[in-house]
Amino acid sequence: MKIPDLAELALRNLRESLLRNSLTTVGISVGVASLVAMLSLGIGLQQMASRRLGKSGLFDTVIVSSRREMRGMGREEERNGPAPGESRVLDEAARVEIEHLPNVLEAYPDIRFNTELRYEDKPHLTTISALPASAKSNDAFEGMQGNYFSSDSAPEAILQKSFAEELLGKTPKLGTPEPNVADLAAPLLGKELIMRYAQRETTPSNPAASPADALAGTAYSVVSREQKLKIVGVSDLDPESMRGPTRAKVFLPLKLAESLHVMQATDLREVSRAASDLPVYQSVSVKVAKPSQVQTVEDAIKKMGFTTFSILDASRSIQTFFKVLDVFLGIFGSLALAVASIGIVNTLVMAILERRREIGIMKAIGASDGDVKKLFFAEAGAMGLLGGMAGVALGWAIGKVINTGTNVYLRSQSLPADNFWAVPWWLVLFAIGFAVLVSLISGLYPAGRAARLDPVQALRYE
Amino acid sequence: MAIVPANPPANGAIRTENLCRHYPMGETLIRAVDGVSLAVRSGEFVALLGSSGSGKSSVLNLIAGLDRPTSGSVVVQDKDLAKLSREELAKYRLHVVGMVFQSFNLIASMTLAENVELPLRFAEVDRDKREGLAREALQRVGLKARTNHRPSELSGGEQQRAALARALINRPQLLLADEPTGNLDSHTGTEIMNLLREFNEGLGMTVVMVTHERVLAERYARRMIVLADGKLIDDRPNVPASASSETNGVQR
Repeated sequence: MKIPDLAELALRNLRESLLRNSLTTVGISVGVASLVAMLSLGIGLQQMASRRLGKSGLFDTVIVSSRREMRGMGREEERNGPAPGESRVLDEAARVEIEHLPNVLEAYPDIRFNTELRYEDKPHLTTISALPASAKSNDAFEGMQGNYFSSDSAPEAILQKSFAEELLGKTPKLGTPEPNVADLAAPLLGKELIMRYAQRETTPSNPAASPADALAGTAYSVVSREQKLKIVGVSDLDPESMRGPTRAKVFLPLKLAESLHVMQATDLREVSRAASDLPVYQSVSVKVAKPSQVQTVEDAIKKMGFTTFSILDASRSIQTFFKVLDVFLGIFGSLALAVASIGIVNTLVMAILERRREIGIMKAIGASDGDVKKLFFAEAGAMGLLGGMAGVALGWAIGKVINTGTNVYLRSQSLPADNFWAVPWWLVLFAIGFAVLVSLISGLYPAGRAARLDPVQALRYE
Repeated sequence: MAIVPANPPANGAIRTENLCRHYPMGETLIRAVDGVSLAVRSGEFVALLGSSGSGKSSVLNLIAGLDRPTSGSVVVQDKDLAKLSREELAKYRLHVVGMVFQSFNLIASMTLAENVELPLRFAEVDRDKREGLAREALQRVGLKARTNHRPSELSGGEQQRAALARALINRPQLLLADEPTGNLDSHTGTEIMNLLREFNEGLGMTVVMVTHERVLAERYARRMIVLADGKLIDDRPNVPASASSETNGVQR
């Protein structure tokens, strides 16, 4: 029989026992729906995680430092390659070179220093670091009070919540609830801080005639300076939580921090080189266009003779985790479909009993075993296709309801809502295809049984 | 798949040799057909007579390729049906044999037109061609006005005529009828018998009809074969009543 005829007869037969076949199809659609709902949540969570991780800036960042920083730590990089003393200095020239590597968006120096800040004439000691303009989209500034820096060189500062607590003398005792960031920010925003720092200044009596002379080493002096800073923002989260004890509590715009020429720890060691206005950096953060390009960029930088570090490996294990999660969700989702497939077998076996005589007639007038088999297959496939399509719609709706419901709850707890549910096109096609496949497998036994029916006995059947 | 030509070749001959069909029922072996040898020439109109349980329907099923002999052979068109595969047997039923039954055996969920064109679907005939052929076949049995009715909306005689149209649609050489008038009153039964005669004489089809009504056989068949207990007990020619004496034929 030709395929259009087969489809027509199959649909006609399905219509004949409408209630029973509809119920079976509903069974399939519930199975597909649970599969789609499970997987859409799994995929959605994965997408949300990679979205968040992408925003955190950790997975597209490579931290570059000089081999000269490695002193007797016995790391593999130290044992291979040139000795720290002979290796390359991470200076402005190196930073520019890294910035020009393919797929590198920017490379900015890690400026970080401990210093004293005065607020309402009271001194506070803390660590300060500089942020580039691109860090604005960083996840850590979600829920920040106030604004990000108005420009890359504005004399402005963003405080981390715990430092704001310190300034206001509101550091919470252990066990008491943390104060709300909005309450902390209200009295601080727009106020002035005075930063005291040590500036490295080229000695005017010995001006550098050329960059070569500058590298040859000149003297510099250290001068105490003050800089007024306006508090523009208080961040709720900790942008440098990964850094542990060296994390900064106060942030400055990068250009401003560079222009201050604050004395850095490396300056003393590299006194012979860093005398001029071309500074030497302890480390440089490199932003890569896509996380997938991090490895190539890292390799290129290593070739230049520097040490690199990225959290790419952590990201890989997270990917594995989500793959395993998807498989588990898929297995649980498929259970309902397995139950539904038993329903198909049941329905078709019933149909054989009911249509025994009809099968006999068809054989008597010339239907082959293959025709009968294909007809039952087509019926199973049609139920799978219809159930699959209905199930995808149902699963889509269930996932959406769960997502919306959870977001309503999150908002009621004043937490940010997010989309952790996704139905990509491939999932739609996969679910429908899987439903059809399962249905056809379920149809194997009934179709074979119908095909083997003895026509003489079938015709005798009333 | 090739469509059988409009005029079937004179090849509707049937030959059985020592044909047996036994099957167990509980402890005993039922010898439904027990050593039947007969030869039917192409274009003959044969009546298979016998009381119920005589094995006449079993012989018909063996000739129709619906059943396989326990031993012996059925040869149609130089092919021994016992040696055909299931697939080949289905093709034989599709193209060589047309069958009608006592209980009509139309598919209740289909209209007459759909019932009649069903064998064409199995023969993979194009859709647009099927419609014309089905209409033509229904016209031949006088059911042109009823093409879109379901079998349950028709009288027994009309249903049997539709079944005849279906048997005819693939232009078979053999028409096998199992008690075709058994569920009909004598008037409609005569209509059906006239149609069988018409197919036999007009189209040259070989007709083998199973019946237990000797009168009917005497009136239409050219040869009467009598079975009892699965064995052939009588085989003789018959001169049927002339066709002109039948005035209550089918309306054209």
